[in-house]
Amino acid sequence: MNINWFKYSSPQTFYPLAGRMIPWFAWIAVIFAVIGLYISFFIAPTDFQQGEAYRIIFVHVPAAWMSMFIYMVMAGWAALGLSLNARLPAMMAQALAPTGAIFTLLALVTGSFWGKPMWGTWWVWDARLTSELILLFLYLGFIALQSSIDDPRKADKAGALLALVGVVNVPIIYFSVKWWNTLHQGSTISMGAAPKMVTTMLLGMLFMALAFWMYTIAVALMRVRCIMLERERASDWVKVLLLKATGGNA
Amino acid sequence: MTSKGVTAVDLSCVRGDRILFKHIDFTLEPGGLLYVLGENGSGKSSLLRLLCGLIKAESGAIHWQGADVKHALEVFQSDLLYMGHLNGLKEDMSPIENLQVNAHLAGDNVNKQAILSALEAIDVKRCDSLPVRVLSQGQKKRVALSRLWLTKRKLWILDEPFAALDSTSVDLLVSRISQHLSNGGMAIVTTHQEVVISAQSTQVLRLSA
Amino acid sequence: MRAVVTLLRRDLLLAFRRRSDVATTLFFFLIVASLFPLGVGPEPAVLSRIAPGVLWVAALLAGMLSLTRMFASDFSDGSLEQMLIAPQPLPMLVIAKVLAHWIVCGLPVVLLAPMIGLQYALPNDALLVLVLSLLLGTPALSLIGAIGAALTLGVRGSGLLIALLVLPLYIPVLIFGAGAVAASQHGVSAEAHLSLLAAFSLLSLVLAPFATAAALRISVE
Repeated sequence: MNINWFKYSSPQTFYPLAGRMIPWFAWIAVIFAVIGLYISFFIAPTDFQQGEAYRIIFVHVPAAWMSMFIYMVMAGWAALGLSLNARLPAMMAQALAPTGAIFTLLALVTGSFWGKPMWGTWWVWDARLTSELILLFLYLGFIALQSSIDDPRKADKAGALLALVGVVNVPIIYFSVKWWNTLHQGSTISMGAAPKMVTTMLLGMLFMALAFWMYTIAVALMRVRCIMLERERASDWVKVLLLKATGGNA
Repeated sequence: MTSKGVTAVDLSCVRGDRILFKHIDFTLEPGGLLYVLGENGSGKSSLLRLLCGLIKAESGAIHWQGADVKHALEVFQSDLLYMGHLNGLKEDMSPIENLQVNAHLAGDNVNKQAILSALEAIDVKRCDSLPVRVLSQGQKKRVALSRLWLTKRKLWILDEPFAALDSTSVDLLVSRISQHLSNGGMAIVTTHQEVVISAQSTQVLRLSA
Repeated sequence: MRAVVTLLRRDLLLAFRRRSDVATTLFFFLIVASLFPLGVGPEPAVLSRIAPGVLWVAALLAGMLSLTRMFASDFSDGSLEQMLIAPQPLPMLVIAKVLAHWIVCGLPVVLLAPMIGLQYALPNDALLVLVLSLLLGTPALSLIGAIGAALTLGVRGSGLLIALLVLPLYIPVLIFGAGAVAASQHGVSAEAHLSLLAAFSLLSLVLAPFATAAALRISVE
């Protein structure tokens, strides 16, 4: 079977398709989140060292996974947009950035909530938390650059290039932060050394991660629809859409 | 027979979210002159920048001597001279230094004597060693234009070359362009002024806003 | 090749004719480095403890402040357009620009650093490592900074934006550079740090000019 992928690569055809997909992803996200939360609160055993407080990792760890994963996906879209000089991939990259930044922030905040009962302080310069903080800076840089360039196509290209530079640097930064962390004594407590993973816990995290993933897709699609309308407001298909929405009174 | 000049095929350009122009076709053979006319904002400058390769075309192609410019960009760029609205001069350097550096950066060979006679040809020789920042707008423009007396490049792309010039300088420039064309050169020029340049063939491309 | 030399000489000449701009960068470095003792107190033990980090952060900020100037005047007077349509490969021209920036803004900081190191009570071998680490690391700062400078050309508020874009990318240089000095203070060999720093600079030399060239084309379009 020969599927014509390019048919969906123009905003005009993607817009209604995205609209049909959003409820599906949203519902799947809710279902996964309910399962994940049920596992993490009722099935996963209480940790004998940390008590109930450890349960925040069911949010923290998947959020941290997503924050890095979304950056990779964003850079992938950016590279695609840059090499094909296409509009849709660039819009997808732009739509993903805020969600990525929110997950990074979530990972930081939950990490700090977890740190308080564990280490008695809100923040430790742990290698992973520090990398996460730097990742947040990278997201913010991308968003700031895109929003300060007026011409949307130029903003797309500049943002894409920055995302690619960032994705080359992320492993280097991560490695250097880890190296820095092992050299400086005093903050050697690592999050990885925390509770021993039990299968049910892993399962809980997996469901939460899937829920976050589906949520990301739904939100990114919603955002990309807004971006399309804004950018293509001069085109005929948006005018037709507007006319329909206002019942022909516009 | 392949063309010895420049051919544009179905060029279109999008800036921001609006189409500046589309379906632009022309062929310019040696000795030919192309006027690009249109109101402000009709995309004249963008068309010239697009022809130089500073802007990517939304669609279409440019051929130079029969080959697609995409595949032979260096050949094309070493035959091309572009002058935009900006003079490309450093304020803290003298006209001589500027012209020397610019020629080297463009990959051309020039000696100081040639530069002096080029400055003389457009009547700015007396400020040859002052820093550019103390020159008037018209003088700066003339220093920039003196490149045209130094170059052996075949295709000239000039964006509003007559702006800010007095009538004597306009005449000098017109005769230089005609000389270039009669030697088998080509020129693409935008202008607001009524200027008549003699050429073997003259075409007009009108862009509408 | 001749174009590279020409461009380098032109930029150095222009910097020489605008000497005050260069001096501003150096003064900034001096002032930032002198503020810390006033903030944390004059005990030599404390000062030499924080010296590697403080001196490196000061060097980083001084280099960053001058980044906006790297392409700005070429952009506004039209020289950049001419460079983009020159038959020379653009990444080579970028290397010339970056080298000029480093000679004007990086090298003086490297040379000045030992003097400030003395104020921070750094021992002699640590001073030597400080100079070496700056010598190996500051080129990477200019190279990576060039990408940020090219991306923010003609953008409003580019001075602050460039900081946001570039500083996170500077972190490996900071870690290895300051780490090298700290290591030698603790009597450990700084070789590992310095080689990592050199490796990072080399990697930037290979990749950054291409990214900068692409960014310039995007910004001029």
